[in-house]
Amino acid sequence: MIDSTRIPKIPSFTLPGVIARIGSRLPQFPHSVNLALALNAAKRMRVLPEDTLADIEGKRFRVTVLDTGVVADITYRAGAFRPLWSTDAKPDLQFTAALSAYLQMVSRQEDPDTLFFNRSLSIEGDTELGLRVKNMLDALEWPQFAWQGMRPTFLGRG
Amino acid sequence: MAIPQLVCPAGSLAALKAAVDNGADDVYLGFRNDTNARNFAGLNFDDKSLAEGIRYAHQRGRKVLAAINTYAQAGRFADWTRAVDKAAELGVDAVIIADPAVLDYATKTHPQLRRHLSVQASATSYEAINFCRDRFGIQRAVLPRVLTLAQVENVIRHTEVEIEVFGFGSLCVMNEGRCWLSSYATGESPNTVGACSPARFVQWEKKPTEMDVRLNGILIDRYANDENAGYPTICKGRFEVAGETYYAMEEPASLNVLEMLPEIIRIGVSAIKVEGRQRSPTYVAQVTRNLRQAIDAAVAAPEKFAVKPAWAAELGKVAEGSQITLGAYNRPWR
Repeated sequence: MIDSTRIPKIPSFTLPGVIARIGSRLPQFPHSVNLALALNAAKRMRVLPEDTLADIEGKRFRVTVLDTGVVADITYRAGAFRPLWSTDAKPDLQFTAALSAYLQMVSRQEDPDTLFFNRSLSIEGDTELGLRVKNMLDALEWPQFAWQGMRPTFLGRG
Repeated sequence: MAIPQLVCPAGSLAALKAAVDNGADDVYLGFRNDTNARNFAGLNFDDKSLAEGIRYAHQRGRKVLAAINTYAQAGRFADWTRAVDKAAELGVDAVIIADPAVLDYATKTHPQLRRHLSVQASATSYEAINFCRDRFGIQRAVLPRVLTLAQVENVIRHTEVEIEVFGFGSLCVMNEGRCWLSSYATGESPNTVGACSPARFVQWEKKPTEMDVRLNGILIDRYANDENAGYPTICKGRFEVAGETYYAMEEPASLNVLEMLPEIIRIGVSAIKVEGRQRSPTYVAQVTRNLRQAIDAAVAAPEKFAVKPAWAAELGKVAEGSQITLGAYNRPWR
């Protein structure tokens, strides 16, 4: 039986600076849409706990990927994650890291506290909200099939 | 020679499964309230996840220990007795308690339920431990991280109670169960609300060349961009003392006893505990896997035991401040 949760070991890497320079000049709204879509898909799979979702109602989140120049702004309101147009307002919570750190974290290859201690991951804003979101992500139990289709294609099939 | 039990932390069902799957003998956890000393938003177990966790562990022959290890607050004693009742009802293998009143309740109400003395009780002498055995029938005591290995051995020699010691994880300022540093800044302490540096008082502020961390407005550290960070506790902050700014109380580091495992086993330690219920399933899996291999190797051939570089590397990586120490176990002074 193929274990679909197995994905290749993700090394720490930083993409060439040119990617961030180009990426940061492109429209960011599509990234916000993609992130909201992904989180709503996870919500439909019932892996996100309802009590934590109730606690993040109306909060604004920003996820910045340093080496791709991507900034995604989303909120959770009335039962769904929604992309935010305006990036001027200060978010309630902001995650900043390189792409490899996010991939290592979501694939459970690195511990978020470790990434925070060694400064690969920065979390700013409402600390209690940050802890709540971090603990929610830590507690997620992905169904066995969940990784299929989420595998970053450039990493090949492990 | 007795093989020490490997006792691993779980802040979620995913972490519990990671501990069991990677070789923990016991998993310890808490309820989603201030009856345990890791009371953080979104962490810990409700009745449903605890029942599922117990089922998962028991199916695989492992044990689940419920930490009910804060001190009952005035007018709310029922919250603590309810936690003990719930733990007994769901079928945990033991409760870990610090407060003598809660211990007394558990002893009288659930005499068949195993009772462990929490590290938060701060019992460092065999007299204190034997007192708790006589009064509350405790079967195991978790020692605070303040004793040298020779002192641990002396305690073991003078008690029938199983002795559990910390083997890996973030260190406390060596005043466990009696620390008021957090209360000084926030009015809340681990023993009263179940957390030092409660998150709502913590403020990280990133600036172009540095990052400040404050606890209720008090600056506790300022990190340069390439410096490792630690938990935002006062004990691990850097302060100006007599014109110098440095770690005035304790440097952020993780305890790691790998190199003294044969000695720990020889003196008769019953259980080795891993700190970190606030950490992710990834941490639990990494630490459990490496300690399991190391303990098995130390039991199989204590004379030939050597720390494998791979164990040290993986444990060093997840350590707080990316530093490890033998803590009090090998300090030269008494």
